[in-house]
Amino acid sequence: MKILVPVKRVIDYNVKPRVKADGTGVDLANVKMSMNPFDEIAVEEALRLREKGAATEVIAVSVGPAKATETLRTALAMGADRAILVQTDDEVEPLAVAKILKAIADAEAPGLVILGKQAIDDDSNQTGQMLAALMGRPQGTFANEVTVEGDSVTVKREIDGGLETVKLSLPAIVTTDLRLNEPRYASLPNIMKAKSKPLDTKSPADYGVDTAPRLKTVKVNEPPVRQAGIKVADVDELVGKLKALGIA
Amino acid sequence: MEQRDDLDEIRRAVRALCEEFPGEYWRAKDRERAYPGEFVDALTRAGFLAALIPEEFGGSGLMLDAAAVIMEEIQAAGCNGASAHAQMYIMNTLLRYGSAEQKARYLPGIASGELRLQAFGVSEPTSGTDTLSLKTRAVRDGDHYVVNGQKIWTSRAEHSDLLLLLARTTPREEVEKRTEGLSIFLVDMREAIGNGLTIKPIRTLMNHSTTEVFFDDLRIPASALVGEEGKGFRYILSGMNAERILIAAECVGDAKWFIEKATGYASDRQVFGRPIGQNQGIQFPIARCYARMRAAELMVHHAAQVYDAGGNPGAEANMAKLLASEASWEAADMCVQTFGGFGFAEEYDVERKFREARLYTVAPISTNLILSYLAEHVLGLPRSY
Ligand SMILES: Cc1cc2nc3c(=O)[nH]c(=O)nc-3n(C[C@H](O)[C@H](O)[C@H](O)COP(=O)(O)OP(=O)(O)OC[C@H]3O[C@@H](n4cnc5c(N)ncnc54)[C@H](O)[C@@H]3O)c2cc1C
Ligand SMILES: Cc1cc2nc3c(=O)[nH]c(=O)nc-3n(C[C@H](O)[C@H](O)[C@H](O)COP(=O)(O)OP(=O)(O)OC[C@H]3O[C@@H](n4cnc5c(N)ncnc54)[C@H](O)[C@@H]3O)c2cc1C
Repeated sequence: MKILVPVKRVIDYNVKPRVKADGTGVDLANVKMSMNPFDEIAVEEALRLREKGAATEVIAVSVGPAKATETLRTALAMGADRAILVQTDDEVEPLAVAKILKAIADAEAPGLVILGKQAIDDDSNQTGQMLAALMGRPQGTFANEVTVEGDSVTVKREIDGGLETVKLSLPAIVTTDLRLNEPRYASLPNIMKAKSKPLDTKSPADYGVDTAPRLKTVKVNEPPVRQAGIKVADVDELVGKLKALGIA
Repeated sequence: MEQRDDLDEIRRAVRALCEEFPGEYWRAKDRERAYPGEFVDALTRAGFLAALIPEEFGGSGLMLDAAAVIMEEIQAAGCNGASAHAQMYIMNTLLRYGSAEQKARYLPGIASGELRLQAFGVSEPTSGTDTLSLKTRAVRDGDHYVVNGQKIWTSRAEHSDLLLLLARTTPREEVEKRTEGLSIFLVDMREAIGNGLTIKPIRTLMNHSTTEVFFDDLRIPASALVGEEGKGFRYILSGMNAERILIAAECVGDAKWFIEKATGYASDRQVFGRPIGQNQGIQFPIARCYARMRAAELMVHHAAQVYDAGGNPGAEANMAKLLASEASWEAADMCVQTFGGFGFAEEYDVERKFREARLYTVAPISTNLILSYLAEHVLGLPRSY
């Protein structure tokens, strides 16, 4: 079984993003970029399934600029077998990404596609669900535990107030939550091996996908500066304050 | 500067590893003056300390420029590579001058982490910087050498299995050239401790696991000799160039850490109703440190290139070490100043890094001796010492 793992190049989670002066987006000039943390978890899970013998090949895919090659190299250095870069300098929305992934999945026929539940830049939380819908395959989102047995996969899902277990028939789509695993870091020998692993470069047009945006960003604002808190003496005062603020 | 993809990938992986060893880890070790064994194990398991070991012996067969990137990134991530850097800088002495038998015997174990090669015994209490006057003697006795004497500042000796030892094999009066008569040995300390070898820790300004090592009729097999007897000083010079380049790379990493910390703090800290970084009194020192760090970085990169191309990097390695150790110390001081009172509080890690950064204008070679070297060997001025 093949596992397809999409990985996105995003602003590093340690960086404090700044909004561009004209409010059109986040300033990415000279900002450290890394693999989306949820995608690292997806790569790790795919590698663990391969190490357990449940999968035979892990293919990493990234849709993005030439620099996304770095992100793919990281996935290869972690242990993925090969990589595909679908190169574009445009901003690609979740639906177009899902369409590209569907076209790749049609060609590669993976048993599982494991995606991050969301990318930490736009926090869309849509691509996995859209891909499942486009492919007409079952989905197990927000995975906390993934077990492959025969032709099915059991996914423990993180839901409000607990865990829900679903059993899906393969091929299926899984999206990862934070507690699924702790991703490994690449070892030096694996970094060296990754240099000779295949990395194909394609374009969205190769898959017949039009990436023209369907959404328009009107304005991006910095979050309001948090005001200093106040101490209240008791519950009555708290309720009084909340009422005065129109919250309760 | 030329960017290489594989070096970038190494940087990312080292960073990812270092993230598992945050400030709290180092603060706890510092408080106890404890060796960061978990960190060294993680570096070893991920293969980073075996970067220079040829692939046939289980390493990655990389050049010094890659080793320099690894050490730089460890420091820039706020960790302390001093706990493990010796294996990197001793390695080339073993690779260049060790026998096939010595390499086959030791390198695979070093690459896998089973054997630790972290101790380098050169300095002595009475010879100081004047290495050629060292007194530790190794006298041939059949299939053995018998070692007597004392080393000081032999860092990590308690956390290493092997020691690369520089000792006198021919008395100074009997050699033709003053650089002759010294030899290097790869001493297996596992068998030696309690049989003529005693290690005593020295407490220092920072957490460095440094020690004094005493040799009292220690018998080591003649097969421990590296290369030819009497040529040790020449062999060790190339190792010292590697050491200076790697330490310089660590200093560049430290400078980057201080600059990043200071920049972040100066942007956030509000005094007089605005970020302190808006004052030129704060931003100019940071900018100056940045420029000095970049200049040092270029020299380190250049020195590594000369070294890797097989040339004599004596001048470049010394200049890299001089410029980088001064850049990191200046950045350390700047960072404390930028943090104001908070620069003294343990929890910001600034004071710890400040103490750690102080070492490198003194060791492994002090600034004065680098200047003497440049004056004499590059500028042709009369020898001053
Ligand atoms: C924490 C730590 C770890 C160390 N680790 C190791 C190790 O693992 N292995 C090892 O072998 N050594 C190690 N050293 C020793 C280190 O290499 C020496 O401390 C260093 O070479 C300086 O020698 P010294 O301390 O004897 O100083 P000295 O030689 O006594 O010099 C004292 C001062 O005098 C100056 N000076 C000396 N001669 C001249 C001159 N001719 N002209 C101008 N100025 C001069 C020096 O620049 C220095 O500032 C370590 C030292 C420290 C502090
Ligand atoms: C060990 C220790 C003991 C102390 N003991 C006492 C004590 O007993 N009692 C007490 O009240 N306090 C004490 N202090 C606090 C000390 O007085 C303050 O740390 C000091 O006044 C600096 O203030 P700060 O730390 O808030 O730095 P900040 O005010 O945050 O300043 C940070 C940096 O920004 C610079 N800066 C700020 N504004 C400007 C500007 N407009 N232009 C240019 N540069 C600027 C400062 O010079 C400094 O370098 C102590 C501090 C320490 C570390």
